[in-house]
Amino acid sequence: MEEKRNLLEIKDLVVQYVTDEAVICAVNGLNLSLGHGETLGLVGETGAGKTTTAKSVLRILPDPPAKIQSGEILVDGTNLLALTEKEMRKIRGNKISMIFQDPMTSLNPVLTVGDQIAEVIMLHQAKSKKEAYRLAGDMLELVGIERSRSKDYPHQFSGGMKQRVVIAIALACNPEILIADEPTTALDVTIQAQVLALMKELQEKYRTSLLMITHDLGIVADICDYVAIIYAGTIVEYGTKEQIFLNRFHPYTKGLFNCIPDIMRDDNRLIPIDGLMPDPGNLPEGCAFCERCPEAMDCCKNGMPDQKEIEPGHFVRCFLPYKEG
Amino acid sequence: MAKYIFKRLLLMIPIMIGVIWLIFSMLYLTPGSPAAYMMGDGASEEAIAELETELGLDQPYLVRFGKFLKDFLLHGDLGISYTTKLPVLDMIKAAYPNTLVLASVSILFSAFVGISIGIISAVRQYSWVDNLSMSVLIVLISMPTFWLGLLLILLFSLRLKWLPSSGLGSMAQLILPTLTISASNIASIARMTRSSMLEVIRSDYIVTARAKGQSEWKIVMHHALRNALLPVIATIGLSFGMLLGGSIVTESIFSISGLGKLLIEAIKARNYPVVQGGVLCIAIVFCFINLIVDLIYAFVDPRVKSQYTK
Amino acid sequence: MTENKQGQPSYKKRSTLPEVWRRFKKNRRAVVGLVILVILILVAAFANFLPYDPYKQSPSEALQTSSWSHLMGTDEFGRDILTRVCYGARLSIFIAFLATAFACVTGTILGAIAGYYGKKVETIIMRVMDILLAIPNMLLAIVVAAVLGAGAFNMMLAVAISNVPHYVRLMRSAVLSIQGQEYIEASRSVGATDWYIIKSHIIPNCLAPLIVQVTTRVGAAILICSSLSFIGVGISPPTAEWGAMLSKGKDFLREFPHLTVWPGLAIMITAFALNMLGDGLRDALDPKLKT
Repeated sequence: MEEKRNLLEIKDLVVQYVTDEAVICAVNGLNLSLGHGETLGLVGETGAGKTTTAKSVLRILPDPPAKIQSGEILVDGTNLLALTEKEMRKIRGNKISMIFQDPMTSLNPVLTVGDQIAEVIMLHQAKSKKEAYRLAGDMLELVGIERSRSKDYPHQFSGGMKQRVVIAIALACNPEILIADEPTTALDVTIQAQVLALMKELQEKYRTSLLMITHDLGIVADICDYVAIIYAGTIVEYGTKEQIFLNRFHPYTKGLFNCIPDIMRDDNRLIPIDGLMPDPGNLPEGCAFCERCPEAMDCCKNGMPDQKEIEPGHFVRCFLPYKEG
Repeated sequence: MAKYIFKRLLLMIPIMIGVIWLIFSMLYLTPGSPAAYMMGDGASEEAIAELETELGLDQPYLVRFGKFLKDFLLHGDLGISYTTKLPVLDMIKAAYPNTLVLASVSILFSAFVGISIGIISAVRQYSWVDNLSMSVLIVLISMPTFWLGLLLILLFSLRLKWLPSSGLGSMAQLILPTLTISASNIASIARMTRSSMLEVIRSDYIVTARAKGQSEWKIVMHHALRNALLPVIATIGLSFGMLLGGSIVTESIFSISGLGKLLIEAIKARNYPVVQGGVLCIAIVFCFINLIVDLIYAFVDPRVKSQYTK
Repeated sequence: MTENKQGQPSYKKRSTLPEVWRRFKKNRRAVVGLVILVILILVAAFANFLPYDPYKQSPSEALQTSSWSHLMGTDEFGRDILTRVCYGARLSIFIAFLATAFACVTGTILGAIAGYYGKKVETIIMRVMDILLAIPNMLLAIVVAAVLGAGAFNMMLAVAISNVPHYVRLMRSAVLSIQGQEYIEASRSVGATDWYIIKSHIIPNCLAPLIVQVTTRVGAAILICSSLSFIGVGISPPTAEWGAMLSKGKDFLREFPHLTVWPGLAIMITAFALNMLGDGLRDALDPKLKT
C-alpha cells in the first residue's frame, strides 16, 4: 500500500460470536484502510460481516456473545482495541460516529430529538445545557429540518426525517470518521437519494472520512472513492472505484456485478451467483468462495490465498493471479 | 387529554352498574336467608319472617335491586349494615384509612425494592447476583401470603419479641404487615422490570446511545429505564389496585381493621349491604387506578400520549 | 444437539418439539420444577399407602413434634401431619389443575370467538369480562366461594370463574395480533376457510403463551385455593386440605408452630415447582428469547 498515513486502519481483525452451541466466525482476518477525507465503500452480502466490522471499530458489539479475538484497529496510530472503556467512550460519537441501518428503531422513542442530539454534544463538548440545545437546533437545520421541531418525538417524524436526525446526531461533534451502516436500505428510493445527497454534501463540507457499508453498488458508484468487497468476513478485493468498476478481478466481485441489470445491453439476463454463503459457524478450510466459484481450482480447497497487488492500489485475495504469474 | 379522561369516566358507569348487578344477583341467589342466619338456630319462623320484612328481604328481586341502585345513584347511599345498623358508607370510611396506609406503604416499598432488583438483574444477566435474586423471587412468589405472615409473627413477635403482631397505629406495627404484603409484589415487580429491561437493552436505540459515547450507567437510567418501565407501571398499578381493595388475608392475620377485614367478616355473617357496598367501592377504586395507570403511561411514553389526544 | 456433520447449522431445526425439549432440558430451574412436580404428583397418587389414616383421631398422641414415628409430628387430634399433608397434595393439586383447566378452556374459547369474529359478540364478551375484571381477582374468588358455599367443587368453581377473564384477554389479544399478520391475509387470499385459519395458524401461534400462562396460573390457583380455605370460605377443617390445616394450626402458633410450618411449606413447594416449570417453559417456547 502507499506510504501515506491512513486515518483508520484495521489489521487482521478477527471477531467471533461465541455461544454455548457454536462459534460463529463473523470476521476473519480483515484488513481495511481509510484515508483522510476519503470515502470507502464496504460491499458485501447480508451476513458477510459488514455490520460486525463497523461495530468493532466503535467497540459496541454485544459482548457476550461477540468477542474481538485478535487484530488491531488503528485510528491516527492509536489502537482502539487497547484503550480502556472510559477512553473509548471519549472517541465514540466524537471522533468516530455511526449511522445505523434502521432509523425507525435507532432513536429513543421517549426522548425528543432535541434531547438526543444535545446529549451527544453535552457528552463531548464543554457546553452548557442551553448552548447544547441551541447547537442541536443548528444541527437540525443543517440536515434540513426546522429548528422548531427539536421538541418533537421520533414518532412524529417520517422514516427519511428520522434518518436525517440520526445523521445530525452522528455529525453533531464533527467526527473525523463517519461509519454509515446501510443508511438508506430502510428508506424509499426517492428518500434514499435525498439522504445520500445530504450525506455527500456534509461529508465534503466537513472533510469527514466516510466508511459506507452497503450492498448497493449504485450507492458505491455515486459516492465512494475506494471500494472493498467483503465475503465471509474477509476483504476479497480492494481498489479505487474505477479499478473495481472497470477492472474487477475476483470471481466474487464479478459475480456481484453480474447481479445488477445493465440497461445499455439488452441481450443479457442477470447471472446470479450459485449457492449460499458458507455457514459462518462452519467455514471451509480453503477459500470461502471456493464452493460457488466458477473458476475454482484444486488449490482453492486447501488454503486461503494471500492478498496480492495486481496493479498499484488494487488488491485481490485469490489464487488466480498466482496461476497466471 | 381531558376529553379522553371524561370518556373513560363515562365508560366506568355501565361497568359499575354491571358490578352492582353481578354482586347483587350472586347474593340474591345464595341459598339460605340472612335473617335466619342472624337469628341463629333456635329462632322461630315468625321471628325470621318478621326480620326479613324489616330488612326488606321479602321484596321481589327487581324491587330490591331497583331500590339499591336508586339509593346509590341518587343519594350515594349504600344501605345500612344488618349487624351494626350503621350506614355502610360510614363503616367503609372508618375502615379505609388503615387499608390506604398499608397499601401505600407496601406499594412504595415493593416498587422501590422490586425495580432496583430488576435493574440489577437485567444489567448483570446470568451473573450470580441475577441467578440468586431470580431464585429468591420465585420462592417469594410461591409463598402463600398468610403463611409468610404467620412465619413473620412467629419469628419476630413470638420468638424474638421485637415487633408487635397486631393492630395498626405505630410504625412498628406497620413493619410485619408491610413485609407480608410486599413479598409477592416485590417478586412480580422485579421479574417484570428484569424481563422488560432485557428486551429494551437489546434495542437499536441503546446501541445508538452507546455509539454516542454515553456511559453504561446513564444508558440504563436515562435511555433504557423509561422505556422499560411501561409494563412495570401496569404491574404496580394492578397490585396497588388490589391492595386498595383491602388485603383480606393480611388484615385478618394482623387484626387490622381495614376494608378487607370488614368485608370478610361481612361475607361470613351474610351482612349483604356491607358486602355489596364494599365490593362496589373496591371496584370503583380499582377502575380509577387503572385509569391513572393509563394516564401515567401517556406521561411516560409520548407515543401513547399522541394516541389519546387524537 | 443433533449431528452436525454435513455442515447443517443446528439453528435451522429450531422450534420443533425436540428443539423445545432440548432447550427445556438445558434450563436447570425448569428441570428442577418438573422433577419436584412429578414427585408431588406421585406422593398424591400413592398417599393411601401411608401407614396412618388422615382422619382417625388419637387424642393420646396429640400435638407431638417431629419424631421417627411421626416425621412432621401430629396435630391437635393426634393425626399424623405428614399423612394429612400428602392427602392434601392430592386435593390441592387436583383442584388447582381442574380449576385452571376449566378457566383455560372457557376463557380461550370466549377469547378466540371475541378476537376472531369481533363486532357485537366481542363487545358483549369483553364488557362482561370488564365487569369481572373490575373486581380484584382474589375478592371475586372469595365472594363466589362464599355464595356457592363451602366444599371442594364449589371452591374449584370459584377459582375457575375468577380466572376466566385473564384467558379471555390473553387469547383475544393473541388472536388480534396474529390476525393482523400478513400470513393470515396470504392464507385468506388463497381461499382458506375461517376454521382452517383458526386451526392451522391461530391455535398453534397462541399455544406457547397459553401453556406458559396455564403453568404459572396453576401455581397461583394453589395459592388462592389455600387462601380461601384459610379464611374459611373454601374447604372446611376436618378435610385434609393445606389451607384448612393452616387455619386450624394458626391457633397453636405460639406453642406448636409445626402445625403451621409443614402445610405451608407444602403449598410453597408446589407453587414453587409450578413457577419454575412455567419460567422454563417460557424460555423454551418463546422464540424471541433464543440467544
